[in-house]
Amino acid sequence: MRADLEIINEWVRPDSRVLDLGCGDGELLAHLKAKKNVSGYGLEIDHDNLTACIDKGVSVIEKDIDDGLASIGNASFDTVIMTQALQSMHRPDLIVDEMLRIGRECIVTFPNFAHWRARGYLAFRGKMPVSKFLPYTWYNTPNIHFCTFKDFENLCVDRNIEILERTVVDHTHRHRWWIKLWPNMLGEIAIYRITR
Amino acid sequence: MPAVIPDDSVGLVSPQRIHFDQPLPLSCGRSLNTWDLMIETYGELNADASNAVLICHALSGHHHVAGYHSMDERKPGWWDSAIGPGKVIDTNRFFVVGVNNLGGCHGSTGPNTLNPDTGKPYGPDFPIMTVKDWVDSQARLADRLGIEQWAAVVGGSLGGMQALQWAISYPNRLRHCAVIASAAKLSAQNIAFNEVARQAISKDPEFHDGHYYEHETVPRTGLMLARMVGHITYLSDDGMRDKFGRELKDGKLSFDFNPQFEVESYLQYQGERFSSSFDANTYLLMTKALDYFDPAGEQGHDLAAALSPAQCDFLVVSFTTDWRFSPERSRELVDGLIAAGKPVSYAEIDAPQGHDAFLIPIPRYMEVFRSYMNRIANALPQAKGGADHAR
Repeated sequence: MRADLEIINEWVRPDSRVLDLGCGDGELLAHLKAKKNVSGYGLEIDHDNLTACIDKGVSVIEKDIDDGLASIGNASFDTVIMTQALQSMHRPDLIVDEMLRIGRECIVTFPNFAHWRARGYLAFRGKMPVSKFLPYTWYNTPNIHFCTFKDFENLCVDRNIEILERTVVDHTHRHRWWIKLWPNMLGEIAIYRITR
Repeated sequence: MPAVIPDDSVGLVSPQRIHFDQPLPLSCGRSLNTWDLMIETYGELNADASNAVLICHALSGHHHVAGYHSMDERKPGWWDSAIGPGKVIDTNRFFVVGVNNLGGCHGSTGPNTLNPDTGKPYGPDFPIMTVKDWVDSQARLADRLGIEQWAAVVGGSLGGMQALQWAISYPNRLRHCAVIASAAKLSAQNIAFNEVARQAISKDPEFHDGHYYEHETVPRTGLMLARMVGHITYLSDDGMRDKFGRELKDGKLSFDFNPQFEVESYLQYQGERFSSSFDANTYLLMTKALDYFDPAGEQGHDLAAALSPAQCDFLVVSFTTDWRFSPERSRELVDGLIAAGKPVSYAEIDAPQGHDAFLIPIPRYMEVFRSYMNRIANALPQAKGGADHAR
C-alpha cells in the first residue's frame, strides 16, 4: 500500500464509517474494510478507477466533489478523507468546510508548494515547477490551487479548525528525521487530521 | 430472424407456465385465488441454488428476456444484449429467470386471461397491481423454483422498482440488487405523462370501459397514441436530432397533414406495431403500478427509513440524457442508501439515447455492469470451470 495510505490507516478507528473523497482505485477503502471492518464509500469521477473499485467490492459513487456534498447529512461519517486532491478543487476552503460538516474528523493530504525543490525551480528557472511527482504543465494541470503547509494552517486558524495531528513526509511518503527541522521547506506531503 | 444462432446467445428457448393455487393477497385488499406466471430460464441452477438471478421487466416487457423462440423469430428476447454465455449476466455462471408480471399480457394471469369466476376475460376488473404485489408473486415463484436467496435481482425502469422492493420486502432473499435507470418514486411530470397515455386509451371509442374483448375490438388508436407519447419520453432531444433531424420522407413538404418528417412516420410505425401486440388494460395497469410506487411514502417520506431493512449490496446506474428517469432520481436513491448505511455503487453513464439507453449495450455501462456481476459470480461456490470465466 502507498505509504500515505498506511499512515491514514493508522488514524482510522475500527468499525467506523468512512467517506473517501476522490478514492482512486479504492485501495484504501478495500484495506480499511478488510482490516478494520470499516464501512465506507468512495466518491470518484475517473471511469477506470470507478470500475476498479467495483472489482474490489468497494462502494463507489460517481460524483464530482466540486458539485458539492449538500446531499450528505451532517456528521454522517466518522472520518472523511481526501488524499492529494485538495489542490485540484475549485474552492478548497468550502470543501474543507463541507468535509467538517459531514464528518466528525477529516484527514487531508496535499503536496507542499513551499518545498525547497519547488522554490528552487521557480527561483532559478523562473517557471512553474514540473517534476516527476507533480508532472503537469501550468496550462493543463488539475492542480489549480496549490498551497503550502503554512497556507493550510493559516486557513485552519481563520476557520476555527483544530489540527489534531500532522505528519510531514517526503514524496515517497517516508518519514525523514530532517523534515522536522523545517517542515515547510523540507516536507513534500503533509497529512493532517482535523476537526471543528 | 437469425440465420445461425450466435455463440453468445442462450439459443432456442421455451417459456413455461407455472400455476399457483395458493391465494395471493394484494395491496388493493383483493386477492388472486389461482394464478399463472409465464417464465423463461437460462443456464443451470447450481447445487446449493446460490446462482439465481431474477430479471424484472419494465412497462412493456415480459418473460422472454433472451434467446429465440424459433428460428423465425425476428428479434431475440428484450435484454439479449446483456444475457447469455459470456455476456454481462453470464448464463455459464448464473441461472437466470425471466418472468411476465401479473397483469401482463404475455401469458401470465392478467386482464386478457379468463376470470375463473365468470368464464370471461378479467378486463378492467383485474385488480390494480402494485410493485409490492409483483414482488410477492415473484417470491412465490422463487419458492417453487427452490431458490431461497437470489444472487441478484436486476431490473431497469419499472423493473428497477421491483428490484428495490425486493430489497425492502424480502431482505434475506437477495444478496445483490441492481437498479438501472429507475427511481424510488415517480415525479409529478412522470405521472402526468402516464395520465396522458391512460386518457388516450380510455377515451378511445373502441375501449368500451375496458370490455373491448367482448366487442371483439381493440382501442388501437388510444394504445398507439399512448405508445407515441411514451416513446418520445424514452428518447432524448439529442438522440432524436441525431436519428431523425428534420429529414423528410419524400424530400419535400407535401402541404397536407400526412406524416412527412421521418420522426412522424417512425412514431406512427412504433405506435401501430405496439397497438397490435399489447393489451390496453395491461398498459393502464402497468402505468398505475409505476405511479403508485413510493416506498418512502409509507415511512413519512423518509427514504433512508424505507430502505433500512435491506441487507443486500446495491448497484445503481443512470444515463445522462434520460429525462424520464433522470440521474437526479437515481442520485436521490443513492443518497437514501448512503444515509441508511447500505453498500452501494453508482455510475452515471454518458449516453445520448435517453431512457432507452438501459437496453443498449453501451460500452461503459456494460463494463460497470460486468464488473459488478463478475464479483457476484466470483463469490459463488466454484462449479465446472467457474474460475476460467473470471476476468
